[in-house]
Amino acid sequence: MVSSSLRIHELCKRYGDFVALAPTSLDVAKGEFLTLLGPSGSGKTTMLSLIAGLAHPDEGRILIDDTDVTHSPAYARDIGVVFQNYALFPHMTIEDNIAFPLKMRKVADAEARRRTAEALETVHLPHVAKRYPRELSGGQQQRIALARCIVYRPAIILMDEPLGALDKKLRDQMQLEIKRIHRELGTTIVYVTHDQEEAMTMSDRICLMNAGAIEQLGTPQDLYFRPRSVFVADFLGESNLLSAIVRRVDGEGLDIVLTEQAAASRAVGNGSRFAAGEPIKVMVRPQNLVVAEAGGGQLSGRITDVMISGSLTRLYIAPETVGLPQLVAAHPTRSGSAPYEIGQRLSLGWHAADAVAIHDGGI
Amino acid sequence: MGAPLVLLLVLFLVYPVGQLLLLSVYGDNGFTLAPYRQLFASSVYLDVLLITLKISLATTLVCVVAGYPIAYLISVVGKERKATLLFWVLLSFWTSFLVRAFAWIVLLGRNGVINKLLISLGIISSPASLLYNFGSVLVGMVNALLPLAVLTMLSVMENIDRTLPRAAATLGARPGMAFWKIYFPLSLPGVTAAGIMVFVTAIGFFIVPALLGGRRETMITQLIIDQVQQTMNWGFAGAISVLLLVVVLVVFAAYDRLLGLSTMTGASAPRNAAPSRLSGPFTKAGDALLTLLGAISDRIILLLPSRRRDRNPDQAGMGLQAFVWTMLLIISAPTILMIPLSFGTGGLNWPPQGFTLHWYETVLNSPVWTQAMLRSLLVGIGTGLLAMLIGTPAAFLLVRSDIRGKAAWLAFILSPIVVPRMIIAVGLFYVFAQMGLVGSAVGLVLGHTVVAVPYVVMTMMAVLRNYDTRLDHAAQSLGAGPIATLRYVTFPILGAGMMSSFLFAFATSFDELTIALFATGGLNATLPKQFWDEVTLQVSPAIAAVSTCLFVFMGLLIFVAERLRRRAAAR
Ligand SMILES: Nc1ncnc2c1ncn2[C@@H]1O[C@H](COP(=O)(O)OP(=O)(O)O)[C@@H](O)[C@H]1O
Ligand SMILES: [Mg+2]
Repeated sequence: MVSSSLRIHELCKRYGDFVALAPTSLDVAKGEFLTLLGPSGSGKTTMLSLIAGLAHPDEGRILIDDTDVTHSPAYARDIGVVFQNYALFPHMTIEDNIAFPLKMRKVADAEARRRTAEALETVHLPHVAKRYPRELSGGQQQRIALARCIVYRPAIILMDEPLGALDKKLRDQMQLEIKRIHRELGTTIVYVTHDQEEAMTMSDRICLMNAGAIEQLGTPQDLYFRPRSVFVADFLGESNLLSAIVRRVDGEGLDIVLTEQAAASRAVGNGSRFAAGEPIKVMVRPQNLVVAEAGGGQLSGRITDVMISGSLTRLYIAPETVGLPQLVAAHPTRSGSAPYEIGQRLSLGWHAADAVAIHDGGI
Repeated sequence: MGAPLVLLLVLFLVYPVGQLLLLSVYGDNGFTLAPYRQLFASSVYLDVLLITLKISLATTLVCVVAGYPIAYLISVVGKERKATLLFWVLLSFWTSFLVRAFAWIVLLGRNGVINKLLISLGIISSPASLLYNFGSVLVGMVNALLPLAVLTMLSVMENIDRTLPRAAATLGARPGMAFWKIYFPLSLPGVTAAGIMVFVTAIGFFIVPALLGGRRETMITQLIIDQVQQTMNWGFAGAISVLLLVVVLVVFAAYDRLLGLSTMTGASAPRNAAPSRLSGPFTKAGDALLTLLGAISDRIILLLPSRRRDRNPDQAGMGLQAFVWTMLLIISAPTILMIPLSFGTGGLNWPPQGFTLHWYETVLNSPVWTQAMLRSLLVGIGTGLLAMLIGTPAAFLLVRSDIRGKAAWLAFILSPIVVPRMIIAVGLFYVFAQMGLVGSAVGLVLGHTVVAVPYVVMTMMAVLRNYDTRLDHAAQSLGAGPIATLRYVTFPILGAGMMSSFLFAFATSFDELTIALFATGGLNATLPKQFWDEVTLQVSPAIAAVSTCLFVFMGLLIFVAERLRRRAAAR
């Protein structure tokens, strides 16, 4: 990390008795792509509004490029916001929409025209300059909203679920587009989404939020492979969670006993400290659950469902051990292999390195 | 399905108005232009027209300028405060023009509240004459039409996306700039629609100038009344009507050229205002003006103490709130001040003295008043039912089917609002006289239905547009036939909307004076007509008692209608 572009210190927002954002601190590096991820109502928009100056915090400070802007109004902060519904001005042409922030900054007309054209080039839409927003498709409006932000080179661009209203294909395309623009311009971006896949593919770091607080902050790999809590493991992709008790801790590794089947096993820690005797959850991702013909492995069970979603084949398996939840295993779909049958008996296993220990906070 | 409505409008709008206009060029001796010669022979009538235009313009200006902040505040505050603010606007909107004008007579009188207040404050030593001048007419007109302006602007402002000014702020626009460059242009269709509604209504007014104005504030509709009631000069009344109609149509045509009439009905208006047809240098100049206004506002805001300046962007300013509540007080207070006077023993002099139910007894023991109440209720209910019966199918037709020339049909159905009420009333009087319907309840119901039915159609169209037709399809796919679908799905859901448009029609009729003015009298009078006859004879505390009753009755009605509307909206 070079230097901080955005620094949030113990920021807090309440609506009456309701805590929309518990005191939260966060640093975003220059040029970083940070995603606020979390279920609906977890405080993502609240955080974004506070950064943008569209809401006022009850406590805490916000620094942009080391300047305290906590009490600055929105227009005086050097930020750009892409709203979920794009918020293009319906009574202005695309050109005028994009030139608006330049006008507000008293940029000379000729210069404004040049930069507007440039921004339109960047989003590959130079031909719509004279049109009105309602004459554009959703995807195009989205790009214009982005162009209106990048045209004045704000220190930070905030995006609140910018792709929420687009269909899947367009969304994938826009994700690439946003990444490209981020790379080309090197702007700091704080991005909000509730879609974990989107967060995984786009972000340098993900800030996973839950009930108005940060649940975990780290790279997508961190969150995916070393979740700090059951909530994180569950929220990012599918996971199999088994109860266990810690027997012994040696460095990164742990000796554990799986509770339900009373079998000794090994797991790796998720980075937090564990103590012997502590009840934990062990997470195994579906693709790391190795499926074999019956016999051997740590568990056995019967197939209850098979789902082939293009590249992946998912097997839903009811373990034979009483008390274990349904498990899911996934592997690349292969053509020509023997088909699975519902009711078929299988044994399941995993490598110790793929079993991640998590403090058992309950769900 | 639209046939009954078309029939009604042709028989009781097109035909009577056509007759009246025809009478202006077709006298006993065939074709004649004599009425027009008389009209332009001296400057008397043109002067009246000029005064009418002057009063109407002034009223429009004040209503729009004062109404804008009210509508704005209502559109931005939270749910509960919005309901409160809206209640006061609606209460004023639905309180009879007569009651409100009468209240101002009392308020501005020699012994009224204002004079008493000014004297006790030592500003004047003896009562000033505040009545029967341009000022008192303007006050009365503004009081009468401000709620209309507010409600018209509100319907546009509520559809302005609230994130747009916020987006402007993040793009670097200071509050003044964000308002003038973003919010204001988007609210402009509402402003112009309010302007034209107020202007056209004002131009056809006679209650306020007759009660609050002097001879020099005579308006054009009063001339028509005189011609019909005193001299029975139909030809001349027709000629004045033509003049009035031409002015109104010119105004509408100008509006249509500039903005398109469709923006008024909201039927085809896009969710956020379309760019107007004004273009080229006009837009440039407008844009420059808005930029200037924005810059000036921001300078002024910079002068404010910084704590005020940086307040939460979502909170409306104290200044705005104070202004809005003052305005609401001004338009509601006169009627409310009448309540204590109606229980007083000191006549209509302020402050009220003693307590008596005498005036209420007087009214209740007087057959003319009780008859009038009964008749108004009867006619109101009849109008409500007939307007529903005729308007609802037409609304269905306009929303659900793809008939050709929808815009033209809509314009035709809305024409009773556009054509000045007085012209319809005089035309109906003439036609009813031929049909022997003058003074009959049937005639009144028909006449009132003509003016109430556009509101029913509009309300029902809005309700139907929000109604999800997939529910019908779902019911049918579940095995319900068309009748069962209507009975178990459509009507239960639309019921609240239908009830509220019934109430709307009822209230329109209950408060209608223009048509009742000619068509009734004596024991046949409706309540507004009886009120009018009394108030033009003498200003008595009995009228304050009637006013209070009407006020309370309307208040209850709005309360019920509003509850129903919200129940309908909640689905
Ligand atoms: N203006 C407000 N008044 C009251 N509660 C609010 C307001 N804005 C947001 N909230 C509440 O704060 C919580 C967090 O909201 P938000 O930040 O919008 O969540 P997210 O964007 O993650 O879905 C929600 O439970 C929401 O109901
Ligand atoms: Mg949100």
